[in-house]
Amino acid sequence: MRERSLAIRSFTDLANPTRFVALAGRLLPWLASLTVLLFAIGLTLCFTTAADYQQGETVRIMYIHVPAAWLAMMGYTVMAASALGTLVWRHPLADVAAKCAAPIGAGFTALALVTGSLWGKPMWGTWWVWDARLTSFFILFLMYLGLIALNRAMDDAGRAAKVAAVLILVGFVNIPIIKFSVDWWNTLHQPASVLRLGGSAIDPEFRRPLLVMALAFTCLFFTLHLAAMRTEIWRRRIAAMRRQAARGAASA
Amino acid sequence: MSAHLAYVAASYGAALLVVAGLVSWVVLDARARRRELQALEEAGIRRRSAGGGAP
Repeated sequence: MRERSLAIRSFTDLANPTRFVALAGRLLPWLASLTVLLFAIGLTLCFTTAADYQQGETVRIMYIHVPAAWLAMMGYTVMAASALGTLVWRHPLADVAAKCAAPIGAGFTALALVTGSLWGKPMWGTWWVWDARLTSFFILFLMYLGLIALNRAMDDAGRAAKVAAVLILVGFVNIPIIKFSVDWWNTLHQPASVLRLGGSAIDPEFRRPLLVMALAFTCLFFTLHLAAMRTEIWRRRIAAMRRQAARGAASA
Repeated sequence: MSAHLAYVAASYGAALLVVAGLVSWVVLDARARRRELQALEEAGIRRRSAGGGAP
């Protein structure tokens, strides 16, 4: 593919899908390697740190559950920023970014829900409660599924992008609700213990693997997102080429 | 060994499934689109911006 020779001189050049595809091709091997390296370090730390004196081995679930939950919310935040890009700046790649973040965000949300349930059973004595944190997080999962369905249901990518962007921005109200639900309501879920005023309440022994795993999951998110965006650009290019070929055949 | 080890194993298993699923989706989709794009270019179909047209 010939776009590899196109140089990117400024940030605005990324608005050009061809230049973006070229940049993605160059970045992806580095990002993927960094992700593998961070997971190797993170998983080693996960299984070599001590068990918690109260929770025992189940503390190791935290190293997956917490990063998955952060990435689920970050994924939606990326979608909200992209939705603004679609509606306000009409950036040509904004709706591609929003569309491609949805399945990845849904995956991380599902993982946070499942691992939360698996952590809740031994610690709380129940798989699930309809408290504010768990319910708002489940709503996030439903929103992701709704947006994926919406994108697949509409043939016109431009119209789907605008409708999805409005829905994403309306749904963004759920993100601060998730974050502060443990402060605003009485929940079974514990309050924030890492990102909170007054500093982290977690011992460095547990915080180290948690942060490395969070970094690994973040790199994984951006690697997958970048690759999915490049594929979506190819998909649209294929559709345009097929339309052009059909028009050519009809006029011949 | 903890009596709760099964919960830990299930959590890491779920993480492996989700990550493997996402990576497979992204890689297979990219491979399929790349093949499709190459087939179209080999058939002589070019994007208008690439300076070509349908044969």
